[in-house]
Amino acid sequence: MEFSGDRLVETYRTMRTIRSFEQTLNELSQAGRVPGFLHLYAGEEAIAAGVCSSLADGDYVTSTHRGHGHSIAKGVDLNAMMAEIFGKSTGICRGKGGSMHIADVSKGMLGANGIVGAGIPLAIGAALSAKVRKSGGVTIAFFGDGATNQGAFHESLNIASILKLPVVFVIENNGYGEATPVEYHVNIPDLAVRATSYGIPGVIADGMDFFDVFEKASTAIERARRGDGPTLIECKTYRYFGHYVGDPLTYRSKEETEKVRSSRDPIDNFEKRVVSGGKVSASALRAVDDQVSKAIAEAVKFAEASPPPSVSELLTDVYVNYPS
Amino acid sequence: MASRKRAFVQAINEALFQAMEHDPLVIVLGEDVAGGAGQKEDAWGGVMGATKGLIGRFGADRVIDTPISETGLIGMAVGAAATGLRPVAELMFMDFIGVCFDQLLNQAAKLRYMFGGKAKVPLVVRTMIGAGVRAAAQHSQSLHALTTAIPGLKTVVPSNPYDAKGLLLAAIADDDPVIFCEPKSLYTVSGEVPEEPYIVPLGKAAIARQGGSVTIVACGRMVDTSLAAAKTLAGMGIEAEVVDLRTLSPLDEETVLQSLGKTGYLVVVDEAPPRCGMATDIAALAADKGFDLLRGPIRRVTAPHSPVPFSPILEDAYIPSPAQVVEAVHSALEG
Repeated sequence: MEFSGDRLVETYRTMRTIRSFEQTLNELSQAGRVPGFLHLYAGEEAIAAGVCSSLADGDYVTSTHRGHGHSIAKGVDLNAMMAEIFGKSTGICRGKGGSMHIADVSKGMLGANGIVGAGIPLAIGAALSAKVRKSGGVTIAFFGDGATNQGAFHESLNIASILKLPVVFVIENNGYGEATPVEYHVNIPDLAVRATSYGIPGVIADGMDFFDVFEKASTAIERARRGDGPTLIECKTYRYFGHYVGDPLTYRSKEETEKVRSSRDPIDNFEKRVVSGGKVSASALRAVDDQVSKAIAEAVKFAEASPPPSVSELLTDVYVNYPS
Repeated sequence: MASRKRAFVQAINEALFQAMEHDPLVIVLGEDVAGGAGQKEDAWGGVMGATKGLIGRFGADRVIDTPISETGLIGMAVGAAATGLRPVAELMFMDFIGVCFDQLLNQAAKLRYMFGGKAKVPLVVRTMIGAGVRAAAQHSQSLHALTTAIPGLKTVVPSNPYDAKGLLLAAIADDDPVIFCEPKSLYTVSGEVPEEPYIVPLGKAAIARQGGSVTIVACGRMVDTSLAAAKTLAGMGIEAEVVDLRTLSPLDEETVLQSLGKTGYLVVVDEAPPRCGMATDIAALAADKGFDLLRGPIRRVTAPHSPVPFSPILEDAYIPSPAQVVEAVHSALEG
């Protein structure tokens, strides 16, 4: 597919925003300015951007504990995201969810999730809902390599296959389930082959390459929208930061990380390709860099200036309706 | 008006039909809810026939047989509920909740709260509870306290066919996730069930029998056990008031305390084991909020702290009996 210059710039903006958002949070967290656990998406930007590029607001995604990238790519408001991570009343979940539960159902973002693999059954549910309501919507389940060892993965792929649900399963194989290398936790080189067990297509994408992810995801999304059922896509990627902010990273070498960053960086390689292709100028991308920096700084300012939730909100929204 | 008797399981079936007729967003899914015989007719219609005939009327798009995959099917129901449907999922036996617990504990119960009130999960999980059918330890438990203890979930335990229909229609119309616990030994019990749709509100207990001598609080099948005990007690000049909780979450504290205010004595009867259970919860309610109303010690009648046994003689000894309730009432009154 041919991309217009404008679309390439917007794709770059999405990836750059994710990168800057995560780098900023890494610093803020280490400085003790953000409460709680943070799992950062830096390095994996091409997947969220490449998949969500083919989605509309009426399409859903389910996410993982590493959910900021999916939220940004799905169009969730940056200020409200940052405020949520700070636990503020202006947060997208009013400070009730935090980083691990960022969600915006109105944008089709069905939530980051603190339980590995738990978003996958929710995704087939959203797909079933689209099918019954005949909305034409597609759902994406994002999850990591570790989640493919959960029962929820197996059950959901099988059900989605037999019911021909409009869903695409996207493995973000970043090489590690927490600290454990994927080579230890499975005995196969490619997780995509697991699709065979369910009678659905299994595809491998270079998760560091926006264009490859886009091509494979858009094909799968079109297939799902046509009513031809699910696809499993394994995106091979890399996580720049640790499992969480504060991870001592004793299980992998600095050289390994450096090698990926210098040769496979999804944003650098995207820029090289689109600038050499002549559709976008480097100066246009530098302008985006400035805009993104300002937007992130603005989001941090907004979050820090926002009031915390009122303690009276402790018991709101446990139920829609609960007679006392 | 002419009496219209229906079995408990038929009352459930009728509620499902009426809810699906009323609202195209209501779907039914689970293991063998159609149960074979193709896409237009059911063979089983549920292991006990509770979903019989639904697929013929509403089609395979809305009556969905799933593989034996409790995590997948319950999670799918949660995701469907969060995106606009009103699913009624069947978790065949509540004993199987362990297989899918994350989707109820961490997803269904918490999505709304975690998302700051910007989602709702109008889900019903129908599931069978209770001993008495020689089904042994993994098909006989009364696990209603488990879901009652989880904020974000509602838990319903009907005791008769009339309530089964009205409470199920209320649960399906409710915007929160409801765990609907059906005592399997009541399935064949008949009672008055009006044909038209009606609601029995969640969070409202019923006085199953009026009396002034002692309050007996129960739910599900133990309501009949308590009523049988009350009959015996009446022959001894003791008039027991039997409170049927109907829903454990929300809990109708007011009706329990009002009855206690009237009688001064409390016996709680539950088919589940005693620790951290419904009987313990009601005893704590009375001790906390009804201490001044109490004129004697609270007595609990529960199953023992044990798995449900298989052999009929053992299972019968496991299940609380009317005789045990009578004895507990005497003990409460004598202090």
